[in-house]
Amino acid sequence: MTSTRLDRRRFLAASAAAVAAPYVRTSHAAGRLTVGFWDHWVPGANNVLTKLCNDWAAKEKVDLKIDYITSQGNKILLTGTAEAQAKAGHDIMTLPTWYASAQAKNLEPMDDLMKPLIAENGNVVAVTEYLGKQDGHWVAIPATPGSQVKSPCGRIDVFKQHVGLDLTKMYPPGAPADKALTDRWTWDTFLAAAEKCFKAGYPFGLGLGETTDSVDWVGALFASYGAELVDAKGNITVKSDATRQALEYAKRLVQFLPPDVFAWDDASNNKWLIAGKGALIMNPPSAWAVAKRDNPKVAEQLWTFPAPKGPKGRFTPGLPFFWGIWKFASNKSAGKSLLTYLSQRAVVEQLVTASGGYDIPSFSGLRDFKTWAEEGPPKGTLYHYPPRGDEIVSIAMSPAPTAIAMQMYAQATNTKMIAKITQGGESIDKAIAWAASELEGFMRA
Amino acid sequence: MSQAVARDLPVAAVRRVGSVKAFARRKSTIAFVMALPLILTIVLLVIYPAFYSIFLSMLNKSMERFVGFANYVFLFKRETFWMVVKQSVIFAVSAVFFKALIGFCVAHFVHNVPTKGQRKWRGMLLVPWVIPPAMSTLAWLWLFDPSYSAFNWVLERIGLDAVPWLGNPYWARFAVILVNVWFGAPFFLIMYLAALKSVPEQLYEAAAIDGANWWQKLWFVTLPMMRNIIAITVLFSLIVTFANFDIVRVLTNGGPVDQTHVFATWAFKLGIESGDIPLGACVSLFMFPILAVAAIFILRGITRRGNEA
Repeated sequence: MTSTRLDRRRFLAASAAAVAAPYVRTSHAAGRLTVGFWDHWVPGANNVLTKLCNDWAAKEKVDLKIDYITSQGNKILLTGTAEAQAKAGHDIMTLPTWYASAQAKNLEPMDDLMKPLIAENGNVVAVTEYLGKQDGHWVAIPATPGSQVKSPCGRIDVFKQHVGLDLTKMYPPGAPADKALTDRWTWDTFLAAAEKCFKAGYPFGLGLGETTDSVDWVGALFASYGAELVDAKGNITVKSDATRQALEYAKRLVQFLPPDVFAWDDASNNKWLIAGKGALIMNPPSAWAVAKRDNPKVAEQLWTFPAPKGPKGRFTPGLPFFWGIWKFASNKSAGKSLLTYLSQRAVVEQLVTASGGYDIPSFSGLRDFKTWAEEGPPKGTLYHYPPRGDEIVSIAMSPAPTAIAMQMYAQATNTKMIAKITQGGESIDKAIAWAASELEGFMRA
Repeated sequence: MSQAVARDLPVAAVRRVGSVKAFARRKSTIAFVMALPLILTIVLLVIYPAFYSIFLSMLNKSMERFVGFANYVFLFKRETFWMVVKQSVIFAVSAVFFKALIGFCVAHFVHNVPTKGQRKWRGMLLVPWVIPPAMSTLAWLWLFDPSYSAFNWVLERIGLDAVPWLGNPYWARFAVILVNVWFGAPFFLIMYLAALKSVPEQLYEAAAIDGANWWQKLWFVTLPMMRNIIAITVLFSLIVTFANFDIVRVLTNGGPVDQTHVFATWAFKLGIESGDIPLGACVSLFMFPILAVAAIFILRGITRRGNEA
């Protein structure tokens, strides 16, 4: 039988162990870190992120726990909001688009991380700065997974046959855009192309519902015409000639869209293109990725390229995601270390590759990865997906202060104006007056 | 031993122990103790969130300042708010009316099915009610899908025009009400069926002897006997339908142009998606006075009838 008697030697050994315990570097000496990541829709993308994080955790001796939270049913928004309210939850949280600015007061400043990252990876696009910086301070850092732009994705064959435009010549794979052709790639050309495709039985699939895909492309259209509903200082500027021009254009375009676009959600445009019913949508390349599986013949004809330009420039809708560290987080130093690691060029490249090129890093120096040149078929279909040329990446409702813009965006003020003047049969003046009244309501502090 | 102890204790102490025992043995005490877990659950999950919601609704947008009733006053001035009030009333009243009507008719049908086959009918007719509404609404969404509607496929095959089920405000309202009726009618059916079975057969026999036709039997026997159960089910369904979220959320998300929003979906849109939690809380609380008034009237009627009996 084993003796359990506490002799002098055992007592000394136990005492020494107890005294030294806090100073012993165990496998989790740097503490525990909990992370809420966005649950990526691309199969396998989460596994790569998990592996990268685990490599970092093993090296830094951190006890890491990752939860993947879906954006289906707004679960990630609900989780973030609940954690902010309860002042408890993950240390690091993924904050989609508007939610970094919305939770700014609950987030740890990130200026100390962003300065070296910008020096290393290049400037961030304006939309990321608009959403991630509040009162001159970074409140979160741009996350690669989930960040996207919504460029046009068009059918090469339909455009060639019915519009007389070779998309692969205008935006050739692995090479800069054809300047002569892109100079002519304007919203007027877009309208003419929409009419031709409509007559050929392939209407453009541009939603006018209240979900983000609808709001985003209309946002790019409005920005191209210089139509700001609210300016950067928070003044209501919807009653302008620019808004009127954008609405008149939209009224002309709507007659060439499917009649039910007012009920479209974010899946409708994808389904429209994948089923071979339409010639163009404005979306990240998820529709193309699903078409590769479900309708390969359509996928082989899809080409992603920048949006048309308007009088004020070529605007592409961009939706960056962010990673933030809550002020109540228990292990902020480990959190900052992980986020710095996840923003390194080599790591970002692995994340982009794992997403099949879907994710767009916000740093300008991280848009030259070979994934976008190699993805296919057709090979190079995503080469012009990351904005590199004359595109201005923006988000609908900017440059309004984010607290106001977020409400305008969530309540789809821009698409509702179009629905009112088309489906509702109202005059442009009446729709503008309605919008002005709505915007006044969004101004409350 | 216990007798010896009791003998040594002062009289007052013995009385106290006795009264505690008596208190513990009282039926009301036992009932209270047994209901305590439920009461605590309600306090934790209903009462506390309700008061917290009232507190939230009295904060400013950034939730840093107490503003009293300013959010409510603000809402009263919004055109969209009154549109949501109107839509919620149309949605709840019409859905409850059709649920009650269909439930009443089908309950009579099932009641008259021979006992042997009745279980099968009851089981089948309850299916819509037992499927989680978020799931069944997804199936309806596919039937109404803007581009691939199965209904439109059939309409087009028989030479009719496609219907913009979810794209046109009126059709969209019809669609959300239809799905709610489809989901909720079985509840009325089962309640009314239970009520029908409890109506004494002798009353119908007496009515038949007096020469009553089926309509008179329905009007003068069945309906008075079912009045309380109809009132309770209507009240219960009105509360649940007013507070509906999933059907509208999945089917139309409040669109087109906000014209199918009900209180719960608009509260979510404002509170969570637009980042204005106080205003969202404010909208969700507007259901309370409307439902409270309905509950007072309906329950008062039931109590009055109970006293008359």
